[in-house]
Amino acid sequence: MPQTIYDKLKEGDPSIRRTKILEALESEDLYVIYSDTLENEMVLNMGPQHPATHGVLRLLIKLDGEKVIRAVPDIGYLHRGYEKLAENCTYHEYIPHTDRLDYLQPVHNNVGYALAVEKLLGLELTERTKYIRTICCELGRIQSHLIAIGSMIMDTGALTPFLWAMREREKIMDLLDLITGVRFTTSYTRIGGLAQDISDEALKGIKKFVEEFPGYLQDIRKLVDRNKIFIQRTEGIGYVSKEDLIEIGITGPVLRAAGIPRDLRKDEPYLIYEKLDFNIPTYTESDCLARYYVRVEEMLESAKIVRQCIEKLPSGPIKTPDPKQVLPYKEKVYTKMEELINDFILINFGNTPPVGESYQAIESSKGELGFYIISDGSGHPFRLKIRSPSFCNIQGLPLMLQDHLISDTVVIIGALDPVMGEADK
Amino acid sequence: MKENRYNIIKNSLENFDIEYADANGTPQLIIKKEDLIGVATKLKKELEFDMLVDILGVDRFQKENRFEIIANLYSNKNKDRLFLKVKLDSKKPECPSLTKVWKSANWYEREAFDMFGIIFTDHPDLRRIYMPDEFEYNPLRKDFPLMGIPGSLELPKK
Repeated sequence: MPQTIYDKLKEGDPSIRRTKILEALESEDLYVIYSDTLENEMVLNMGPQHPATHGVLRLLIKLDGEKVIRAVPDIGYLHRGYEKLAENCTYHEYIPHTDRLDYLQPVHNNVGYALAVEKLLGLELTERTKYIRTICCELGRIQSHLIAIGSMIMDTGALTPFLWAMREREKIMDLLDLITGVRFTTSYTRIGGLAQDISDEALKGIKKFVEEFPGYLQDIRKLVDRNKIFIQRTEGIGYVSKEDLIEIGITGPVLRAAGIPRDLRKDEPYLIYEKLDFNIPTYTESDCLARYYVRVEEMLESAKIVRQCIEKLPSGPIKTPDPKQVLPYKEKVYTKMEELINDFILINFGNTPPVGESYQAIESSKGELGFYIISDGSGHPFRLKIRSPSFCNIQGLPLMLQDHLISDTVVIIGALDPVMGEADK
Repeated sequence: MKENRYNIIKNSLENFDIEYADANGTPQLIIKKEDLIGVATKLKKELEFDMLVDILGVDRFQKENRFEIIANLYSNKNKDRLFLKVKLDSKKPECPSLTKVWKSANWYEREAFDMFGIIFTDHPDLRRIYMPDEFEYNPLRKDFPLMGIPGSLELPKK
């Protein structure tokens, strides 16, 4: 006859772990106070290698049962010292490094950096460049938000919308391939211009994409918007009051989901956003569901912006005619002497902005992406500070996780949408 | 920033010793270290700069006032921006912490501490943020070599 666990326990079998709960079971006293490991506070280490932390974010979570008492984010696992590198690059050499900041949508970083340097140099862009940059920025925003909502929905347990979002993202990558020549790390901008002009084929492709995109997005929404599981997993989860969000310096869709229409495209207009007609979607719930809705509606607004840009796209040069600061067209470098000399000097010594300080911020898909550049008049930045939205947003994570269940942490991180390449610089 | 709002700010900060500069279109207030908390509190409470967007450290690599910190303030109501600059001592860069005024200063100051070794007095949690805790140097100081210092990070033994 096989022994039961209680028989083994009575015999004092060492293979049985004498937990407190079993001891309590044995005890004669009816009201014995036992303490179980599951009822104690426990510290859980989540990450840096964890599929739900979207990169190498590490969280130390103090748990009471399943409830999060306190969470401490630990970052720096992807720190590559980009600010130090910038001090040893010319302004053009640094452009490929900006791709690796927010690697889900490299165009925004390129544009933000180029705008910051141009502000320092006092360069005025040509109209066509501004329009093309705006198109690329908005495509980048859709690209990033697709990953954000896709992975957030996947964190709640649905895989299909993620795959559909990836399919749409793939189309944008193909378009970026047509526009910039590269699918992923675009390095598209040059100081005072662009690497190459946009082709008619690419314009046709973008037009087709923005026409079809709202329909495909609707397919995803049909699966999710009235899905009981999704709504129960996200509604009221990760709530932070808007005063706290401002106090902790959070920007982007998370802030707009709390009802504050802070969008630098409207507040500090850059490129051609002043001339375009678009709305800033805001919600007031400040929970994960509202963050999802803000992103979805922002994508539709982005598609609207791209459509307007293509309609209005003016013809003309893509580079500012300033041979001392802007790289000449490649064809001319190979055939004309003057351009060859300018190209040589710019590549060797770099742009030489006047001594001074300058800050330019753009509204990236995650929030305010800013570059503070201090120049000492030489070819390298004296100091370049990247104000990365993900870094500042992760700072609010402990507030959002407070008093939620451990299973909600993945959804909250998904709705915050941090990118560690940017947070760790 | 609009002209009359800038004048309002100038008037309300009359009592402090401030040097007004301009960072490519954005006003920059160069203030004394002792005034930092006073000016910051006034800017937040009375002049509606509700958001601290960023803090950056600078190493000027000179004999006097080698370090600087620049705070990037934003007003959501008036939609304008302002920089506060504080010059710090070369030998012992110490600065009062802004965490009491804006909570978001916490991580920004940790970053400046990690990268430049600027000590923020009465900061609640002054730890390194990017580099490992046992790292002894401050990577963004100008005297830290680009290639790093061999042996500064202990590697696992074979």
